[in-house]
Amino acid sequence: MSDHDSDLKPSKPAIWNDPKYRALFFQIILVIGLGYFIVSIVDNTLSNMESRGISTGFAFLNEPSGFGILQSLIEFDESHTYGRTFFVGLLNTLLISGLGIFFATFLGFIMGVARLSNNWIVAKVATVYIEIFRNIPLLLQIFFWYFAVLASLPGVRQSMSLGAGIEFNNRGLYVPSPVPEDGFSIVFWLFVIGIIATVFLARWANKRQELTGQQFPVFFSSLGLIFGLPLVVFLMMGSPLSWDYPALKGFNFQGGVSIIPELLALLLALTIYTGTFIAETVRAGINAVSHGQTEAAMALGLTRGKTMRLIIIPQAMRVIIPPLTSQYLNLAKNSSLATAIGYPDIVAVFMGTTLNQTGQAVEITMMTMGVYLTISLTISMFMNWFNKRMALVER
Amino acid sequence: MKKLTSTLLLTSILAVAANTASADTLSSVKSKGFVQCGVSTGLPGFSNADASGNWKGLDVDVCRAVAAAALGDAGKVKYTPLTAKERFTALQSGEIDMLSRNTTWTLTRDGSLGLNFAGVNYYDGQGFMVTKGLGVKSALELDGAAVCIQAGTTTELNLADYFRENGMKYKSVTYDTSDATIKGFEAGRCDMLSSDQSQLYALRIKLKNPGAAIVLPEVISKEPLGPVVRQGDDKWFNIVKWSLMAMVNAEELGVTSKNASSMKSTKNPSIGRLMGGQGEKLGLGDGWAYNIVSQVGNYGESFERNVGMSSPLKISRGLNALWSKGGLQYAPPIR
Ligand SMILES: N[C@@H](CCC(=O)N[C@@H](CS)C(=O)NCC(=O)O)C(=O)O
Repeated sequence: MSDHDSDLKPSKPAIWNDPKYRALFFQIILVIGLGYFIVSIVDNTLSNMESRGISTGFAFLNEPSGFGILQSLIEFDESHTYGRTFFVGLLNTLLISGLGIFFATFLGFIMGVARLSNNWIVAKVATVYIEIFRNIPLLLQIFFWYFAVLASLPGVRQSMSLGAGIEFNNRGLYVPSPVPEDGFSIVFWLFVIGIIATVFLARWANKRQELTGQQFPVFFSSLGLIFGLPLVVFLMMGSPLSWDYPALKGFNFQGGVSIIPELLALLLALTIYTGTFIAETVRAGINAVSHGQTEAAMALGLTRGKTMRLIIIPQAMRVIIPPLTSQYLNLAKNSSLATAIGYPDIVAVFMGTTLNQTGQAVEITMMTMGVYLTISLTISMFMNWFNKRMALVER
Repeated sequence: MKKLTSTLLLTSILAVAANTASADTLSSVKSKGFVQCGVSTGLPGFSNADASGNWKGLDVDVCRAVAAAALGDAGKVKYTPLTAKERFTALQSGEIDMLSRNTTWTLTRDGSLGLNFAGVNYYDGQGFMVTKGLGVKSALELDGAAVCIQAGTTTELNLADYFRENGMKYKSVTYDTSDATIKGFEAGRCDMLSSDQSQLYALRIKLKNPGAAIVLPEVISKEPLGPVVRQGDDKWFNIVKWSLMAMVNAEELGVTSKNASSMKSTKNPSIGRLMGGQGEKLGLGDGWAYNIVSQVGNYGESFERNVGMSSPLKISRGLNALWSKGGLQYAPPIR
């Protein structure tokens, strides 16, 4: 483009040469093209499935399923619908993901801090743990925990009694379940009130400390509020709670709450595996806080524990949270390996049995992908919110 | 993973292929030079790879028969091991040309999965296997038991029906591979393992101590097992169907792999039709059935060799005897 013309004022370009309109034009073309692409793919899929005699649509969700599921958080038997198998699987996936995230975070933080410990043994134990379990494929670990542990546990009839009515054998962990009796609801509500009161107490104590610098023993008083008071009332009322103990009836234990070995093995494997990555994330986060901070805190006379808790960790959190989010997402998605050992998660139940009994691969795969997408986006959203809260607030 | 891959493959094929007018499997088999056959991941007697990787079994013989008929060489088969969950998607997506994997013919599968069952190569029924130590003699004593089963099978459904019908409770531990199912049973996770009876006998010899397990007498369902093809390719459907029928007819007519070549010059017209001619009606060469019988053998030979008395499974012919011997194997005539 040479400006050999004498006119210095830029002339208004023709509409097809105007970059503004051009950009708009191409975007519209792109959207139309994409729309057409999607519509024709969906249309083609449907008509091809039709011509090949493959059923389509979502009517199958209302048909009775006709199969049993090992573990269900909602009522389920073979007379319930395929649609309900979706929810049974979904809840089982949420259960294992939730528990996994909780325990992996716990283990990961401990191990991450331990690896930085000045105590040689503690640091080495953490290092060995991380290096071993981070480098073995998760599926192998799942199989290991499942079959190795299952095989070494005693059978139902030789069940191990762990005391307090807890039974452990190769059919799972059986725990007595509490059966509330008359008046127990009072204790329960006291407990709830205790929690609410603690929240207010903590706020008040915080404010007071900011204003006057005086500290209040929030921890012990909240212990008293949440557990102490309800316990005293509970005992005064003559312990209105009985226990349903698991007992061997026929082939298996009945009564109490049973935790199936599939859940235990999967939880163990996911926790231990993801814990290593979280530990490394935590270590990186702590290392990212400059040593000057520690020195400054010490100079102020804070103890080691307090330095860690009040100075280092809050700053490290800002580095830790984003990669932590990825670990949570990994854990949620890895939980689908459940299917290898028969834990009835959504992939095993819905994308496995239900898909196979109905043959509606396209619909079911889409629904299952939708579930994982939703879970992942929810975790991301929550962690982003958490990240914002933890971000450096300038005063 | 394989499952997801084939589902995605299926979706993309269905999505992209602009109205696939009945794909011609025979031509594609001829041009690639082998039949891609879906089998189990390892079920002794039915489809199982030996130490040197050769597949053997009653179901494998159907694949071999089809290759003999279509390509003139029973050896031109490639095998795709599939779990129960993977098998139908693999067939629908075109990953395999046919499925011969102890698969039960049911209305839902025939009617809504876009599949066609090409006959029955084994009449079976669901049963239970328990350890001797359990001291159970009948399935009706199993109230409250835990059962190891494989996902994506008719087993899951029959089990629920049976226990419901008899007012009993059960816990099903559902694995996705047969290996995990056996291991679960061996580790004592379940009181019993349930599957089609033939598979129970097959799986039992995979146990570390086969003598410690017994198969209970009850048979709780009908499981007609047979080869499956995609809907919409009638020519290929006919070829698979008649390959199996040729094996059954050969047994009925007394033609075996040993006497096949001498039978070629027979005066018996039925045998004559089996040994030559008729091929073009299926779109095949003239010697299609001769190739099957001489290379694979007749149905009876295949049965004895793989699952019968001369095999470790020692299953008697029972329902699978020829109709003329009190069984159910009855093939329409070749004429
Ligand atoms: N015939 C039944 C059951 C077939 C089936 O998959 N049985 C299991 C028994 S454990 C099996 O053969 N598994 C072998 C494998 O997955 O490779 C059906 O078609 O649904």
